Amino acid sequence: MNKIIITVVGKDTVGIIAKVCTYLADSGINILDISQTIVSGYFNMMMIASMEGTSKDFNTVADDLEKIGKDIGVVIKCQREEIFDSMHRI
Amino acid sequence: MINTKEVIETNEMIEKENLDVRTITMGISLLDCIDSDLETLKKNIYNKIYESAKDLVRTGDQISREFGIPIVNKRVSVTPIALVGGAACKTKEDFAEIAKTLDEVAKKIGVNFIGGYSALVSKGMTQADRLLIESIPLALSQTDLVCSSINVGSTKTGINMDAVRLMGTIIKDTAEATKENDSLGCAKLVVFCNAPDDNPFMAGAFHGVTEADRIINVGVSGPGVVKTALEKVRGENFEILCETIKKTAFKVTRVGQLVAREASKRLGVPFGIIDLSLAPTPAIGDSVADILHEIGVEHAGAPGTTAALALLNDQVKKGGVMASSYVGGLSGAFIPVSEDQGMINAVEAGALTLEKLEAMTCVCSVGLDMIAIPGDTKDTTIAGVIADEMAIGMINQKTTAVRLIPVIGKGVGETVEFGGLLGYAPIMPVNGFSCDAFVNRGGRIPAPVHSFKN
Repeated sequence: MNKIIITVVGKDTVGIIAKVCTYLADSGINILDISQTIVSGYFNMMMIASMEGTSKDFNTVADDLEKIGKDIGVVIKCQREEIFDSMHRI
Repeated sequence: MINTKEVIETNEMIEKENLDVRTITMGISLLDCIDSDLETLKKNIYNKIYESAKDLVRTGDQISREFGIPIVNKRVSVTPIALVGGAACKTKEDFAEIAKTLDEVAKKIGVNFIGGYSALVSKGMTQADRLLIESIPLALSQTDLVCSSINVGSTKTGINMDAVRLMGTIIKDTAEATKENDSLGCAKLVVFCNAPDDNPFMAGAFHGVTEADRIINVGVSGPGVVKTALEKVRGENFEILCETIKKTAFKVTRVGQLVAREASKRLGVPFGIIDLSLAPTPAIGDSVADILHEIGVEHAGAPGTTAALALLNDQVKKGGVMASSYVGGLSGAFIPVSEDQGMINAVEAGALTLEKLEAMTCVCSVGLDMIAIPGDTKDTTIAGVIADEMAIGMINQKTTAVRLIPVIGKGVGETVEFGGLLGYAPIMPVNGFSCDAFVNRGGRIPAPVHSFKN
């Protein structure tokens, strides 16, 4: 149940997914689903990942991803899945 | 599984449409703090609030971070102080001492406001009730975070006109006592009819005596989200309009429900209610008046406004009730003037008057809220305005409230700046004809019949 949703929004550039995935792999975070679209040059990616196998806590992961986002010039947001479930599922 | 469209929709609501959880309010009973010695009482109050709510702000911030949803305020509401302080307080200065204790502990735990400097006097006043009411100008001028509310009427008991008359004077005195800050004290003072025991919103929050020892109540908001949803159904009929509001209210409330459950679990305090109010802020796009405009009136106050508001209020409730089993508090649309840029614009355009606002309060939650009036308004006139609003609540079996700010030294045409969430307001004219003979009669207005409704 311990799932997080990672969203990446920003100008498309080489290696965005690679950077995020490398970090997740290094942290022991398993990616369950991934989808991406490019809308008028803007990169939109959504990932569902499981926190089960990681020893890092939510705040650390969120901070690290935010920092990676800053380095490559995109906005990376990390949220627990429940907010989307609550809003969109009865 | 959740799809990209849903994730983007939620995050756009948060980032572009000001979706937020307006407040997590912890209700704390102070009945077990009662002591006949004032110093002991103050110590008991401080300790109970500190121990109960010391993690409230940190927990709220953490939940906000994990779900990516702003939680704007963390607040505390307590048992009406007139009940708690009755045994220890022999003068109004004694009561004001308790207000200072509340202010001190609120600052220590880092909450935005603490509510419950209150008295429930819908039928009569005890000596303690009267002393507390008389201490309000002093208490609110000496504190920053304390909010006060007085319940002066109910559908079951009628209206205590002695208390209404007294509140007319107290509001003026509070304005006078805080005139250096544009009479800001009055923004933290509200007069109720049918006050709910579990309201998480300030200035009217208090922890009712029918409540558990501690409780978590959450107020959700999101006028901007409703407005954006309605932009997509321009020109459609009422059925589609209502469906859209309901669906949006459902989504907003579900977020509140999630936050409330999570806060309750982490703090080890039972979950009480979700208050489904559309509460505007001065931020652009976070306005109930803008929703009314989107529904089809040029400005709030134009003919049709009351009907539009009635519809809005009812659909918000219908959507919200489906989303949470425990809905309470005020639950509806708030129509404060100073906290809503659309309302301010309507007043400045000449579209919205005090009388129209009064009509609007018949069909929405709360009442005449955050309205700046001339500083030279007579206290009997203020009492008359309160009496009118209380009558609407009493007869229609709903909560109504009055939060008027007579701005000392200012008149119609001038504006007053409160800052932050309280916003700014143009000073509105009040009908100048006298009601002295009416409000000075003394006594009570009897409770209404509960049959023969027309």
